[in-house]
Amino acid sequence: MELTTFWFAVIAFLWTGYFVLEGFDFGVGMLVPVLAGNEAERKQVLGTIGPVWDGNEVWLITAVGAMFAAFPAWYAGMLSSFYLPILLILSGLIVRGVGLEWRGKVRHASDRAWCDLGVLVGSALPAFLWGAVFADLLRGSATAAMVGGVFSLSLCLLHGAVFVALKTSGPVRSRARRAAVVAAAVALPAAVAALSNIPVAGTEGAAPEPASWLWGAALVAMAALAAGVALTWRGRDGWAFAATASSIALGSAALFGALWPAPLPGLTVAEAASGPYTLGVLTWIGLIALPFVLGYQAWSYWVFRKRLTAEVS
Amino acid sequence: MDALDLARWQFGVTTVYHFLFVPLTIGLGVFVAGLQTAWYRTGKEHYLRLTKFFGKLFLINFAMGVVTGIVQEFQFGMNWSEYSIFVGDVFGAPLALEALLAFFLESTFIGLWIFGWDRLPRGVHLATIWAAVIGSNLSAYFILAANAWMKHPVGYEVVDGRARMTDLWAVLTNSTALAQVPHVIAAAFVVAGGFVLAVCGHHLLRERRSDVAPHRASGDGTSIWRTPMRAALVMTAIAGALVAGSGDMSAKLLYEQQPMKLAAAEGLRQDTAGAPFSIVPGVEVPLLLSFLATNDPNAVVQGTDDLQARFEERFGPADYRPHLPTIFWSFRVMIVFGLSAVGLSVFGLWLTRGRRRDPRPPRRVPAWFARACVLALPLPTLAMIAGWLLSEVGRQPWTVQGELLTAASVSPGVSLTQVAISLTVFTALYGALALAEAVLLVRHVKTGPEPAAPDVPVPALDPPSGGDDAPVDARLQPTLMY
Ligand code: HDD
Ligand code: HEM
Ligand code: HEM
Repeated sequence: MELTTFWFAVIAFLWTGYFVLEGFDFGVGMLVPVLAGNEAERKQVLGTIGPVWDGNEVWLITAVGAMFAAFPAWYAGMLSSFYLPILLILSGLIVRGVGLEWRGKVRHASDRAWCDLGVLVGSALPAFLWGAVFADLLRGSATAAMVGGVFSLSLCLLHGAVFVALKTSGPVRSRARRAAVVAAAVALPAAVAALSNIPVAGTEGAAPEPASWLWGAALVAMAALAAGVALTWRGRDGWAFAATASSIALGSAALFGALWPAPLPGLTVAEAASGPYTLGVLTWIGLIALPFVLGYQAWSYWVFRKRLTAEVS
Repeated sequence: MDALDLARWQFGVTTVYHFLFVPLTIGLGVFVAGLQTAWYRTGKEHYLRLTKFFGKLFLINFAMGVVTGIVQEFQFGMNWSEYSIFVGDVFGAPLALEALLAFFLESTFIGLWIFGWDRLPRGVHLATIWAAVIGSNLSAYFILAANAWMKHPVGYEVVDGRARMTDLWAVLTNSTALAQVPHVIAAAFVVAGGFVLAVCGHHLLRERRSDVAPHRASGDGTSIWRTPMRAALVMTAIAGALVAGSGDMSAKLLYEQQPMKLAAAEGLRQDTAGAPFSIVPGVEVPLLLSFLATNDPNAVVQGTDDLQARFEERFGPADYRPHLPTIFWSFRVMIVFGLSAVGLSVFGLWLTRGRRRDPRPPRRVPAWFARACVLALPLPTLAMIAGWLLSEVGRQPWTVQGELLTAASVSPGVSLTQVAISLTVFTALYGALALAEAVLLVRHVKTGPEPAAPDVPVPALDPPSGGDDAPVDARLQPTLMY
């Protein structure tokens, strides 16, 4: 495989990791008011992502850093042409992060409510806008962007609800399962609309022949999402989470498959790429470091594997 | 006013702001890890209380460092797309390495530390804070190597109008980076040390006023604030020596690599042999500048006007001088403010020195000294900001010295309105958050550590066996959680 192809795949992998992991962080952040009735339950819901959200966010930072290093023109073109959406995403990430970290350190309930508002808004903005940005990148139309945004927002809600159901017990868990089904009422139709846009765009792209696997991936992604809802309903939390996570992963793989080989209109991967020396050394360092990163991140999920209960203090 | 000016303002505002939090993350992180290590090794309960107290301050600050850092990473692509395309091949590499090798480590292990108090064995839990702290310091190294490359580009060639990396090792061991990394990291320890001193000073004064709240004192009756204060004095004094040494290295490199910045910092207009050092305009120490820059008191130091003529010859007509008064004054503010904080700590070490072979309790910290520590709080931070102004404004009009002008770096497709909106949004958001953070920090400083429990015997001289079921932790645990 050529180095440029390999690095495109690495970047697709990093974005995919980001969507899968922050997908539930955003969902949890938005669902707090729905799932929690009192402070102990709010702590319980947010506690599911408390130890991991920052590590999850670094997937984004690494994806963007890797784009900067491997495909500078893609990095620069994408961020400068989606200027205002990116600005909103960044503002969202700022208030969300601060809200998550500060809510346990403020003293008054009103201050805590501000933090919760920051978490809510700061989760909803990026959840909607990442979908809109990538859909726009793919199809270049406002309608597609809208559909993409609604899809990613509802997908995060569904994925987040499934995650909370997996990580908690008691009333919060049953509320989360119900919330998943409600979110699915929007997410499933939106998935059909948004995911079928991907292979269609693939046929319009610069690829010599439309990649047929895109249809396969998109269809399986839709099916996995539906399966996730059914599994949640039946109380199979672990399998349900695996299903929604695979759905996101497949959808993301298809998305980047359709963006290949021209991730921006008129800019091919080959034109955007850094030189072979840079790609070469980064490959070596990446291959050595990534297993460690995956290892200790997995370990942190293992440490916090227990279901959380609402603690009255 | 055009998009370029606003983009520069935005970069300056957001970066200075990010760097208000960075030094505390770097320095206070190590300080907290040190306190926790002391608790682990001795089992003394007041170390645990101090770990939690300073740990909370560290975390309040840490959150701001993280969220403002993300903006930095995106900003190059948003506002400086021409720059990004030109340098990405070289400059992007340390950024990607920073994320992969440092940020993952830092963020994952901070999560484990915050939530791991009751889930991890004590030794493993201690290791998590050290892993996070190593991540922070590593991140500083990578980003500073990237920044140093802009001042002194190495290990690259320009092909088709884009820089191509030819040697990553050369980029990571750039002489400029090797001077800048210790300088900035040591300066971060000065800032963090000054912060701890101010906090301890505040509490010592309060104890004086209420004549020692007994529940706050450590086992043997001396103030709980004495140990962290002494530790911070040592830290600041050592860091101060490193700052001065590495700063001197930086200045010598400027002589070779960025003569315009050096001349601007000294207000030297003409090439001068045996150049004097002007302390303020008009007050000069003969020969000192030449000596500082080269170790030879008679060496020729180039002046801004002569350099301007030479630059025009080489690069064509334009103004190659940075804003001279900014550079001149920021250099002095950095040295004077920063070193006064260092001087204070050296003096404090002498004031509080131990009494060898003397049964009397150790010397008390005089009230006036505690007050001075509180008042000195802003000094290191102001020095830090001034240092960055010297470094970054002094590089103008270049973004990459000798290769790329700032005017040619900006995003061509981004309009004045867009930059105006983002500058407004960031300034407003950052302003509000700065206020909130200040209030939060002050409140937590005033609250102080949790009181020692009267019923639990102080388990001094009895190091914990490493088990995680001591009653002391069980009682203190939930404080760092959501
Ligand atoms: C000398 C040190 C230093 C300097 C010059 C900078 N930073 Fe920084 N940065 C840090 C030292 C640091 C840190 C101490 O490692 C932080 C502060 C809080 C934290 O989590 O890490 C951090 C956080 C931080 C984060 C968030 C990481 C996370 O989510 O965990 C990003 C993306 C950046 N930075 C990126 C940048 C960029 C692109 C910079 C250049 C313009 C920059 N930083 C200047
Ligand atoms: C965190 C500490 C830093 C501070 C406080 C700082 C400060 C500044 C300031 C005040 C400017 C504006 C200069 C002017 O327009 O006259 C600037 C410009 C710039 N700096 Fe830094 N800087 C820091 C670190 C960095 C680092 C680490 C990098 C690169 C990795 C960097 C890259 C740039 C770039 C690209 C500009 C271009 C914009 C311009 O020239 O105006 N800076 N910086
Ligand atoms: C004897 C004292 C000092 C000397 C001789 C000195 C020298 C220098 C020099 C020459 C630079 C510019 C380097 C460049 O642009 O390439 C610099 C930058 C800087 N200084 Fe200092 N400095 C001193 C003290 C301090 C103190 C006390 C602090 C903060 C507490 C500080 C913080 C900084 C920072 C943050 C920078 C910008 C980063 C860099 O370029 O290294 N300095 N210093």
